Amino acid sequence: MRNHSGYWAFAVHRVSGIALALFLPVHFWALGRALEGAASLDALLAWTEMPLVKFAEWGIVLLLAAHFAGGLRILALEFLPWRDWHKSLAAAAAAASLAVGLAFALAL
Amino acid sequence: MSVRGETMLWIAQRASAVLLAVCVTVHLVTMTYAIRGGLSAVEIFARTRGSIGWLAFYTLFVVAVTVHVPIGLRSALGEWLGWRGRSRDMVLAAFALALGALGMRAVLGVFA
Repeated sequence: MRNHSGYWAFAVHRVSGIALALFLPVHFWALGRALEGAASLDALLAWTEMPLVKFAEWGIVLLLAAHFAGGLRILALEFLPWRDWHKSLAAAAAAASLAVGLAFALAL
Repeated sequence: MSVRGETMLWIAQRASAVLLAVCVTVHLVTMTYAIRGGLSAVEIFARTRGSIGWLAFYTLFVVAVTVHVPIGLRSALGEWLGWRGRSRDMVLAAFALALGALGMRAVLGVFA
């Protein structure tokens, strides 16, 4: 089963989903600093300029792109009559996530 | 949980996923555009402060996330850690409330 593209699509979707679930409360808390004014938010934004933080940001965007593409794959499999296309859908999901991740990296 | 309850969660997960597909697309495009030349609070506020459109969009985004994330975690906790039953659902309900509250705090923070 583990050699099947469907398993890897499931594993990537599960792991990226858990990572995003852990990231979101931190993301919301950080943005909530806007309530304390522009200076407070700018202090946080300055921290995000550090190379390691930038790299982590790129990683979380890639995970978001992967989860997004994997979710579209699931919706397509469940609601569209495309069952023979599992492998191409998994490949398209991986390609789409990589493309968005790279686009974000290039814009950094 | 009853079969009916499980079915409702399944529907909520798919419905929120469809909403999130739209929200995440907008978010990825906005983000890639916004980070050009660096981010600043002034730049973010110029876009979001007093904007009913962004307020509505981010509110919808937070609501969809608040529905979607706990249901996804529920499957992961059940299948990977074997944690099922009422205790798991209570913890996830508390997590959903916290996530929704933090999310709306952030939305109001950049709007008001």
